[in-house]
Amino acid sequence: MSGPVPGVAFPPLRPSPPVPPPPSAMPRTTTQPSPPQPARTGIWIAIGTIGMSFAALTSAMVVRQSGAADWRHFQLPSLLYVNTVVLLASSGTLEWSRRRIAAIPGGTGSFVPPLQALSGLYITLAFGLLFVTGQVIAWRQLAAQGLFLATAPSSAFFYVFTALHGVHVVGGLGGLVYVLSRLRPTVSPVRPAPLGAAALYWHFMAGLWLYLLVILATRV
Amino acid sequence: MTQTTAHHHAPPQGFLRTHVFSLDHKVIGKQYLDLALVAVCTGMVLSWLMRFHLAWPETPIPGLGRVSPTGAAGGVITPEYYLALMTMHGTIMVFFVLTTAPFAGFGNYFLPIQVGAEDMAFPRINMTSFWVTLVAFLVLVAAFFVGDGPPLSGWTAYAPLSAVGKDAGPGQGVGQTLWAVSITLFCVAQLLGALNFITTTLDLRTKGMSLARMPYSTWAWFITSVIGLIAFAVLMPACILLILDRVAGTSFFIPSGLVISDRLQPHSGGSPLLWQHLFWFFGHPEVYIAILPGFGIVSHILPVFARKPLLGPRVLIASLVAIAFLSYTVWGHHMFLSGMNPFSATLFSVPTLIITIPATIVTLLWIGTIYGARLRFTTPALFCLGFVSVFVSGGISGFFLAQPSIDTYLHGTYFVVGHFHFVMGVAAMFGIFAGTYFWAPKMFGRLMSETLGKWHFWLTFIGVYCVFMPMHYLGLAGNVRRYSAFTDDYLKPMIPLHRFITIAALFTGAAQLIFLFNLVWTRLRGPKAPDNPWEATTLEWSTTSPPPFDNFGGRPPVVHHGPDEYGGNSAAGDYVMQASSESGRVA
Repeated sequence: MSGPVPGVAFPPLRPSPPVPPPPSAMPRTTTQPSPPQPARTGIWIAIGTIGMSFAALTSAMVVRQSGAADWRHFQLPSLLYVNTVVLLASSGTLEWSRRRIAAIPGGTGSFVPPLQALSGLYITLAFGLLFVTGQVIAWRQLAAQGLFLATAPSSAFFYVFTALHGVHVVGGLGGLVYVLSRLRPTVSPVRPAPLGAAALYWHFMAGLWLYLLVILATRV
Repeated sequence: MTQTTAHHHAPPQGFLRTHVFSLDHKVIGKQYLDLALVAVCTGMVLSWLMRFHLAWPETPIPGLGRVSPTGAAGGVITPEYYLALMTMHGTIMVFFVLTTAPFAGFGNYFLPIQVGAEDMAFPRINMTSFWVTLVAFLVLVAAFFVGDGPPLSGWTAYAPLSAVGKDAGPGQGVGQTLWAVSITLFCVAQLLGALNFITTTLDLRTKGMSLARMPYSTWAWFITSVIGLIAFAVLMPACILLILDRVAGTSFFIPSGLVISDRLQPHSGGSPLLWQHLFWFFGHPEVYIAILPGFGIVSHILPVFARKPLLGPRVLIASLVAIAFLSYTVWGHHMFLSGMNPFSATLFSVPTLIITIPATIVTLLWIGTIYGARLRFTTPALFCLGFVSVFVSGGISGFFLAQPSIDTYLHGTYFVVGHFHFVMGVAAMFGIFAGTYFWAPKMFGRLMSETLGKWHFWLTFIGVYCVFMPMHYLGLAGNVRRYSAFTDDYLKPMIPLHRFITIAALFTGAAQLIFLFNLVWTRLRGPKAPDNPWEATTLEWSTTSPPPFDNFGGRPPVVHHGPDEYGGNSAAGDYVMQASSESGRVA
């Protein structure tokens, strides 16, 4: 049997390697495979398919507009820009909350999300509802000008784009409500994946809206 | 490499939760297959009615007058009703059979098991997907029972015929709206399904189940999901625009100055070609959504009965991926007659010819796999061989149609009908049959009759060749399609051949009663199946027949081997199970 003799100190022949921390305490490195997050994967796939739908509609608009004598340009309601700010702000508050909650070490079994972070999620919800309401008001403003779905192809695409985006935003609001229900202090341990997935979806909604706004502002 | 996660839901309690509103992917898979069975019976009866009318256009069909007093007064089908039957036959078969059974049905049941997961990634979304599909089917079938009957614009629903409303003819009112709503719902369901398939494959593979070890059927379902994710994402908004043209007065697809039934249509500036582009951008990949699961099933089953590993597994996967990619570059070959620029036609013709290369490679891999093998001629093996045969027969005629100059002559003829029925319809059906006979012991825990299965195969195999091969000759002779009767002088000599096809179709249809009896008898009274009756290697054969609620009895398998290690020696025999811990490859 080999080993140090008790009571006799030998100088080390070479610097001893640092003792690796136990696996549970090891920080995650880029070489480690991250655990699967089906919710996040699912949202990425949903983003792909939603993006494809809007790409199809965009190409349909380009084709329909080209050479069409009945295309009618009109001024977008300025409320849309206010709505844009509201949606971007909601994205910001959600990201702020997500980071606050993600920074809390998990696995304690008695997780209580901080009130500030939760209030950030409620503010996101309120902003989201405000955005949807603002979009409906913008529709009413256009209708007051005599621009309805069937008035012109430009107005038709405007209503189709905003309605489909609105439906997806409402779906996102449902997802946020679900995440909030999971974050109640009585539910433990907290699983951060649904929150991250919901945030990813919500940011995509904001980005998609910016894209649609540019398309609509330049074409209708 | 990833790991399985904990089961998302507890075993269900009560009949409704266990058998009806179940979250279990196995129950949902069987529900999809049962739905497809009802749909295929419906679609087949419609084809019999069409074929009977084509052969004997003046002879009444008993009872049909009661089903549709206006469309078939006295039992004789009107030209409009013939088109309605054709529309419903095509729609039901393409969407609710060829997409539903091999992809949603078998994929739901076996993809999670083959990757070693306990369920799909999102069971609730999975259940929603099935029920939305069922509602879509009911909405479509409801068109038979509304005032003006089913739509007559074909499964492709070309605008403006499909967009202008009831002025366009019987069935173009409520019936066509129901069609558009049904397909929109179907798209939603398939997108939810594809979301589940992809996530499950990426995230829920068990330990050791690397991509290289994934069974070929799983690969095919995965790639099909990716195709579907893009294709249905385009068809869905297209259908929404179509619905708006019909009910909200928009003009996406309806041009200016259109007069139908002596009435100027109140629309302007729309583009009928826009619909064609959007539809076929979905429509051609849909062909591969129907057939790629069959590719996977055949690639999965052939090595089992050849007792050899599949030739060139990586080439197979690369070919499937190439087909998936190329399927999005060829949609214009359905539109050669739309007046497109000849240069555009060439642009679509070239990738159409290129896509035959990976398809040919896959076929050669199958033939190379069975070359020199001591093939076990079971019913699933026969249907795999039949698949190869009809796929090649239908594929070869595709070479001709891929060239615009030849397609100009053949596109509107029975040549195209024969082509796509072989390559997409019958081939996919043979894949479904192969899968059913192969996996029935696992799904139902009972063995199907091999004797009845072989009778079913041979009668069907001979029957489909008698039905669809003569159609190529009809097409070359200039026999136009979509006509309900052939009264023109130059078409009259074709009528005897049409009668032969009709008799063959009725005969082939009757042969399916053997399958139906075998299936029902097996589910009720068939002999008990062992866990691994075919001596196969993949994970579904490592568990009981049928599998328990969580698929592996609480012990997720660990994978050590590839999906088709046949031909060597091991403790089990001439094969090594994927979950076997025996070291090394025996083949």
